[in-house]
Amino acid sequence: MSEILTPEEIIKKGELVFKKTKFMTDANLSYCPGCGHGVAHRITMEVIEEMGIGEQTIGVAPVGCSVLAYDFMNIDMQQAAHGRAPAVATGIKRVFPEKYVFTYQGDGDLAAIGTNETIHACNRAENIVIIFINNGIYGMTGGQMAPTTLEGMKSSTSPYGRDVSTMGHPIKITEMVAMLPGVCYATRHAVHKPGLVRKAKKAIRKAFENQRDKKGTSIVEIVSNCNSGWKMTPVDANIWLEENMLPVFPLGDIKG
Amino acid sequence: MAKVRGAIVVDTERCKGCDLCVVACPTDVIALNTQLNGKGFNPAYPANHDACTGCMSCALVCPDMCITVYRYKPQKEAV
Repeated sequence: MSEILTPEEIIKKGELVFKKTKFMTDANLSYCPGCGHGVAHRITMEVIEEMGIGEQTIGVAPVGCSVLAYDFMNIDMQQAAHGRAPAVATGIKRVFPEKYVFTYQGDGDLAAIGTNETIHACNRAENIVIIFINNGIYGMTGGQMAPTTLEGMKSSTSPYGRDVSTMGHPIKITEMVAMLPGVCYATRHAVHKPGLVRKAKKAIRKAFENQRDKKGTSIVEIVSNCNSGWKMTPVDANIWLEENMLPVFPLGDIKG
Repeated sequence: MAKVRGAIVVDTERCKGCDLCVVACPTDVIALNTQLNGKGFNPAYPANHDACTGCMSCALVCPDMCITVYRYKPQKEAV
């Protein structure tokens, strides 16, 4: 049988293998074209859909590009002050211990102003999931230098490149918190290639399962691009990410 | 020679023309349309639709969830 089907016939006869999850709203994402936030949102919501915990999950949105995450994620959300998402998530989890609580934060939020809250929430072994999007820059405010900015990387506040003698080295939060006994799972992933998206989704699923089993804090770092902040096209930004970000922030499990 | 065939549907009004699906597609099915959508982007469209295998690579990397993927396995019908 070598019949030639037209795409319309395939759509009619074939099985649906991929569609937008119902836990993402129909609102257009406010992110720049090609931004990794969209994929990170989607895989988080797909995990929640597959685990069937949509009605028991509370997300904490940060300040940063993903400040409007509550518009896109079709679950209960809470907005936190800048960097304070792990503290707010701690409160929510202690009031509703049977709910699933996760925070979704960028590097300017989690690694800069919120370092204190992040480290202490991890140290207290709060039973939450932290999803950490690391793009090495403050995206929303116009591409300023973040703690995770690479050595020599140009940003609007380091126009000659980050000089480590005066500005310090890129901070590796996931490695730092992995040392704490309260953290049960620390891992780093990326979402710029189909295979890596699948791996990142598995990691997020494992993090939520750890929360279900009351194992402690799980942190999933996702190395993402910021093509507007880096002043590149989305495709070039992904190539740059692979060549420059990944050697500094290697992918894989750090703990657990 | 049961060949798995696929088809995609692109929500052109949602698409922001980031080009990531074009790069991700292993069989070069997708291209960017020269016609603009309502937001002024060049949306993706299946230019070479017959080569699609329904592998979902485009949908997995699409940040805006514009792509719906269908797959058809011919041997299923024979059973």
